[in-house]
Amino acid sequence: MLFKKVALATAIGLVASNAMAECEIGARVSIVGNEFPAIQAVGSAAAECSGSEVKSNLTADHQKINVAGMSGNPAEYTSAIIANSSIVALMNEDVIRPLDDLVAKHGADLKKNQLITIDGKIMAVAFMANAQHLVYRKDVLEEIGVEPPTTYEEMLAAAEMIREKGIMDNPLGGAYAAGWNLAQEFNNMYIGMGGDFFKAGTAEVSINNEAGIAALEMMKSLSEYMNPDFLTHDSNATSAEWKAGNVAIMNMWGSRVGPLRETEGSSQEVVDNTMIAGPMTVGGGETPATTLWWDGWTVAKNISDEEAEATFIALNHAIRPDMLNEETSPMAVWLIDGYEPTPAATGVFDAANRGSVPYPMLPFQGLLHTSLGEELSDFMQGKEDAATALADVEAAYTAKAKEKGFL
Amino acid sequence: MLLFIALPIISVVTQSLFTPHEQVLEVVENCGPFGCKETTTVNQEATQKLRDAKPLGKFAGLDIYFDRGHLAVNEVSEAWKTRTDMSDFFNALRNLPFYRAMGFTLTHTFTVTPLLIILGFIIAVAVNSLHRHLKGLAIFFSLLPMIVTPLIGSLILFWMVDSRGIVGNALQWLFSDPTLSLKASTGYTWIMLIVYGVWHSAPFAFVVFYAGLQTLPQDTLESSMIDGASRWQQIRYVVIPHIMPLVTFVALIQLMDNFRVFESIVGFSAQAHATSLSWIIFNDLGGETRALSSAAATSVLTILGVAILLSPVLVRTWQDFKVKQ
Repeated sequence: MLFKKVALATAIGLVASNAMAECEIGARVSIVGNEFPAIQAVGSAAAECSGSEVKSNLTADHQKINVAGMSGNPAEYTSAIIANSSIVALMNEDVIRPLDDLVAKHGADLKKNQLITIDGKIMAVAFMANAQHLVYRKDVLEEIGVEPPTTYEEMLAAAEMIREKGIMDNPLGGAYAAGWNLAQEFNNMYIGMGGDFFKAGTAEVSINNEAGIAALEMMKSLSEYMNPDFLTHDSNATSAEWKAGNVAIMNMWGSRVGPLRETEGSSQEVVDNTMIAGPMTVGGGETPATTLWWDGWTVAKNISDEEAEATFIALNHAIRPDMLNEETSPMAVWLIDGYEPTPAATGVFDAANRGSVPYPMLPFQGLLHTSLGEELSDFMQGKEDAATALADVEAAYTAKAKEKGFL
Repeated sequence: MLLFIALPIISVVTQSLFTPHEQVLEVVENCGPFGCKETTTVNQEATQKLRDAKPLGKFAGLDIYFDRGHLAVNEVSEAWKTRTDMSDFFNALRNLPFYRAMGFTLTHTFTVTPLLIILGFIIAVAVNSLHRHLKGLAIFFSLLPMIVTPLIGSLILFWMVDSRGIVGNALQWLFSDPTLSLKASTGYTWIMLIVYGVWHSAPFAFVVFYAGLQTLPQDTLESSMIDGASRWQQIRYVVIPHIMPLVTFVALIQLMDNFRVFESIVGFSAQAHATSLSWIIFNDLGGETRALSSAAATSVLTILGVAILLSPVLVRTWQDFKVKQ
């Protein structure tokens, strides 16, 4: 009995001292970020640090709270985990601090391409890459006898064959929920068509052109092969449709592929036949119709130096090379030193190798994204034509950009 | 009153009259995992100087109120000038966010409010005529829709009416139409939101009317029975006149609540088909770049809308009050 107690106490002591030896912080750490497996892994790894409290608030609504939570002095959140789109809002409001001094002191393990450098100052540390790419059902494509599509035109043709053969009624999937998701699908398609969002060097929008109309027409054609409720389907709902075996081909986030390969809420048949490939092109273009993303962390400006240092140490600990193991490696395409690409990463790697464009980090891109999300659903429902929808987007964007002082 | 009502309203009105300063943009080198690139960014130092000089921002007057996101004065007058007929004009209006939101908000307010008053009254009369042992249970179940948090209630219904959900599937079977989808059609979405609104708010009307029924003068009721009044006549000539002041009260509260319809739109992911002023405020504040001035202007317009909506009822209450004095 006594022996057992001693053994237990020693074991607990060892574990505790181990964690302490690895990461010791001297001030509070409070993290806000998005909610998907890879970020949850980073959040819980940061919580291993001892010496002070580590709180994390990981939610899909992080963008609605991070600026407000970092604007106060002292800021509620000492760090926000963000992506290349959302860091812009934090920089526009000037709530994050340059990390050069902390990188010099504690960041010896970080690789150069992890450091997001803007105008010579390190503003964020990236830990994973992401992109939307093709996900397909091997068995269904074999049944109709076609290769995995490399263009959206081939995707349409395959969808028609699947429907004709009566295998599935609505064989295509996609996160087309009105709002952010629908706008992002337009961004992909517009980039694939070779369009530019703004007149060079200005904040003046120019999407009402041939590329814009072609992008919208392609989205409309695709939606005819989707579940009729597609305007309410975000990435979660689309993944659920996939797992239920209702969808055969879709364009989906690399970070969401891991859960698609789990049998929970799905069947062995779907799991075994879920395959991925690089992003598709559209309209004969060379650039894949997708965008490249990184996810990384920042440190708030309005906090004490001790808190900033503690935050840096905790998050640096969370993305140290030996956090990678069998469980965490397939969760994302990690930018961390020593990461060996898993089969789940091939789609994102292919996207990067084929010259996909990173999501633009422009101060006014977010306003255009919101305007697209508001105004495109009328077109998708067939209430107006493509040119009118794009004119509406431009007008909505212009009103917002004038208000925010960009025009 | 001053702290919780007047000050916030003053702050919102002030916010709606000012916009952020012009952003000083510059082109810098931006490096990351995917290489380096020249991109535009905001020059924080220069912008901060402008902010320090005038912390409130740039005075915009009523510009925000008149821009496309709100009253859209230019767009409306343009649509009026180029109209071919009235339906063309209304189509143009429906294309503007503020009027699109008003279209749904007003339809919602003026269908949900009367329906919930009627339904609440029917439930109250029915429960009141139950045996006293059953009343407690019946009251509890009738109150459930109000107890459930609106967002949760609407989410549960949202999943049920999904084309693969229990209600959605039942409707497909009932109408023998396998492609029927409530979420894909604007008309059905509106009906769904209105039904949800009635379901959620009817218990409130029920509780108020049920309390009113407890004070029903029994002698008036009995004398009407002696005069040979039927059940319907008792309700029409005794019960309804007795609880009329309560109907005004419920109408007042519910007009206000239904005008601010919001949770159900979010819960039902219905933004493609139906938006409301509250939803516009939420959307302005939820994007990657928050549009504070625009949200403030919409808030002021909402307050004005509620005031206009309530004015007839308030005037009536005031007149009743003066007569009684």
